[in-house]
Amino acid sequence: MTPIAQVWEWLDAVPDPEIPVISVTDLGIVRDVDWEDGTLIVTVTPTYSGCPATSVIAMDIETALRDHGVDRIAIRQQLAPPWTTDWLKPAARDKLKTYGIAPPQPAGGPESCPHCGSANVERISQFGSTPCKAQWRCRDCLEPFDYFKCI
Amino acid sequence: MSALFEFCLRMGDNTLVLGHRVSEWCGHAPVLEEDIALANTALDLIGQTQMWLGLAADVEGQGRSADDLAFLRDAWDFRNLLLVEQPNGDFGVTMMRQFLFDAWHLGQLETLIDSADDRVSAIAQKAIKEVTYHFDRSSGLVIGLGDGSDESHARMQTALDLLWPFAGEGFEADATDLELAGAGIAPNPAGLRAAFDARVEQVLQRATLSLPESRFAHRGGRTGARHSEHLGHMLATMQVLQRSYPGATW
Repeated sequence: MTPIAQVWEWLDAVPDPEIPVISVTDLGIVRDVDWEDGTLIVTVTPTYSGCPATSVIAMDIETALRDHGVDRIAIRQQLAPPWTTDWLKPAARDKLKTYGIAPPQPAGGPESCPHCGSANVERISQFGSTPCKAQWRCRDCLEPFDYFKCI
Repeated sequence: MSALFEFCLRMGDNTLVLGHRVSEWCGHAPVLEEDIALANTALDLIGQTQMWLGLAADVEGQGRSADDLAFLRDAWDFRNLLLVEQPNGDFGVTMMRQFLFDAWHLGQLETLIDSADDRVSAIAQKAIKEVTYHFDRSSGLVIGLGDGSDESHARMQTALDLLWPFAGEGFEADATDLELAGAGIAPNPAGLRAAFDARVEQVLQRATLSLPESRFAHRGGRTGARHSEHLGHMLATMQVLQRSYPGATW
């Protein structure tokens, strides 16, 4: 049986299908990895209840583990406690920013424009191209940008 | 039929029917941002449906899936509030319907997070995060349009007058509710009315809209006794593929 730490390392390399610069572990949605009677159990929590990426993520995790030679895998879904953006790894926040998505802030809005760094920003809509994002605009460089919503 | 199964259908059918109604706007909203917001709201509601109807199927234990419950039941088997099956009308009617539902939904979920049934509590904890921002958005639009131009104000008042008789059904209690309330699984809906009224009145005041005086409430949706004629038409569209090609997969 592969050591659990090794499995986590493999999972660190499985990208989020919608935001490929961060991994599923960066996102904080893998809640647990454990062996049960020779089957590798990966417990995953959804970000948003209707997020279509959830089933793709489960498939990507399974595919990655099979590529590493694990045959018996079960993906379990866990709802509670519900996912929160507090579980994003600190490194993931920097990766999001470099990718052009402002990372979530407890204050409820982005700290600054990911393009020019200005703090002079305004909300266009609390909904965006995926359930986890909102649309904002920079009042200085006038560019629109995505903000990773804080939930 | 167990009370818990019935309750899960009531929750899941509300989110399913409203989710489908809201998705009818996809590609037709007045502005791009609202189109995206409507589609996202519909997506959240359908996601919540998967959880509620998934639990209903588990509780029933007859081998039916959430999809079977969504696509292979007829109108009389649906347990949603009459409010959510009402047609979209104009954007004002859609947002007023959303606002009245969100205000009811939020109050319901606030109680359900402390349910004695862990599965119910887990779904409520997940859903309330989404419903909180649904309510935030629908309240903002009701205020913005109500306290907007003469035209938008008139349309929002018309929407409120049209939909208010559908707001009361969510607070009726029957034997199912009393059984679940006794077991600490779900609240007695009648006890949620005061908080709902306070929440709604606060927004309507800022929206400069007048609440109709009548407390008359249409009923029959959450018991399945008498749905409006609109549900059957909606289901005909929603279920056509699964009805025409039974067992179809892709």
